[in-house]
Amino acid sequence: MSDIRINITNKTYVLAHDTQQIHHAIAGLDITVHPHQFVCLLGPSGCGKTTLLNMIAGLDSHFDGQISMGAIEQTPSIGYVFQNPRLLPWRTVRENIELVFRSTPPASLIDNLLDSMQLRDAQHQYPERLSLGMQRRVAIIRAFAINPNILLMDEPFVSLDAPTARQVRSQLYALWLKRPHTVLFVTHDLREAIALADRLIFLSGSPMRILSDITVPIAREQRQNEANIEAFREQLLQNHPVIRELI
Amino acid sequence: MQAVRAFRNQLPAILSIILLLAIWQSLSLALASPTLPPPADVAEVFWQATISGELPYHLGVTLLRLVVSFSLAMLLGCAIGIALGKNKTLDAFFDNWLVIFLNIPALVTIILCYVWFGLVESAAILAVVVNKLPNVIVTIREGARSLDKDLLEMAQSYRFSKRKSFFHVVWPQMHPFVMAATRSGLALIWKIILVVELLGRSNGMGYQLHLFFQLFDVASLLAYSFAFVAVIQLIEMLVLKPLDRASQRWRR
Repeated sequence: MSDIRINITNKTYVLAHDTQQIHHAIAGLDITVHPHQFVCLLGPSGCGKTTLLNMIAGLDSHFDGQISMGAIEQTPSIGYVFQNPRLLPWRTVRENIELVFRSTPPASLIDNLLDSMQLRDAQHQYPERLSLGMQRRVAIIRAFAINPNILLMDEPFVSLDAPTARQVRSQLYALWLKRPHTVLFVTHDLREAIALADRLIFLSGSPMRILSDITVPIAREQRQNEANIEAFREQLLQNHPVIRELI
Repeated sequence: MQAVRAFRNQLPAILSIILLLAIWQSLSLALASPTLPPPADVAEVFWQATISGELPYHLGVTLLRLVVSFSLAMLLGCAIGIALGKNKTLDAFFDNWLVIFLNIPALVTIILCYVWFGLVESAAILAVVVNKLPNVIVTIREGARSLDKDLLEMAQSYRFSKRKSFFHVVWPQMHPFVMAATRSGLALIWKIILVVELLGRSNGMGYQLHLFFQLFDVASLLAYSFAFVAVIQLIEMLVLKPLDRASQRWRR
């Protein structure tokens, strides 16, 4: 496995209502992510974080620069947890997960993944009959299932109530510890970011650039303790006043 | 218990049919004219035509034309409709064609087909297809335009093959539109087919109805049309409704 390098020199788009005006979304952004690193991206809403993830996922190729996933010959596989779950409503939970595989996956693999998120009982349900929290868990499983080169997560816990978000977050964390993929995780929640990430990247509003790039020094086993996270958060806000406006 | 409840649910429908028959019976008694025979006479004619094999033969011929022209129109219509719905340039180019074809009266296409290609089976089928095709295209195009972009992006980021995208992402979204096109198509096509048969074929329901018109045989006319309506109703109940149910079971 090699580093993932995201180097975007320029990304512009014209606004739908005013084709004269060119909007500079990103101007000069260079991020290198090491294998198995969990990176959180934080920034004001509308600064282009989703655009960035879409560019990495290959959904948006209108930009200058390049994104390389190392010296991999074939196209990299990408697990994407979108802001809304984006499950196929006409396929069951299990079918939704199986569909992202190129050939039929072993049943035990799917079973294990379903168990890890406590979704075994719901495997033959249709997504619209599930709660949003469950749908999001399915979306997370789907992204992990294919063993992707990179996992992109775009605020996967947004619009969940606090206890549900906490539960799904700890399940995601447990899953990631078992299968430590390279993760780019967009969030607005600094506590969440500290609890999960190896590294925090704070981004500015448009045009987007890196404000600061901070390694989280807390050891993984000490993150269960809320006090440790809270202390680091206080320290961050004190040392980097620029962050305060973002959060 | 269940049978009783099922009967009670069906009761209004049964009563309304009985009422319709009663009105018909009393009208024909009051008029006492050969142009409105009572239900019993029509039933008798229906029975005779059925056992003689004449009605099943003509009905079968018409149904075969219906199946062939309907399948052709749906297949072509879906392909063209999806292409137009997905490609704006193509759509802008062919939009005028569609409007023109939508507004040509059915009778004109039928006559032109017979004039150009002769009074042959393929001309009859072509006339029906040309009449139906624009409607299918317009409905399917609407469906293809309203495809969920989020799900298409999901399919793209997970590198779904073209085939997988079509069967698991696109087609389920198209289904309601295809069903709408099917329903309206069936209703339209069987009306057009009768005209096609009346003008240029020597068998089928349309040909028979024309014959009865010349003979002023209203009882046969009614018997044949009821048979046809019944068949269309059966298609709805045995084919379309189950298809609908099967594809909608994921909905809340």
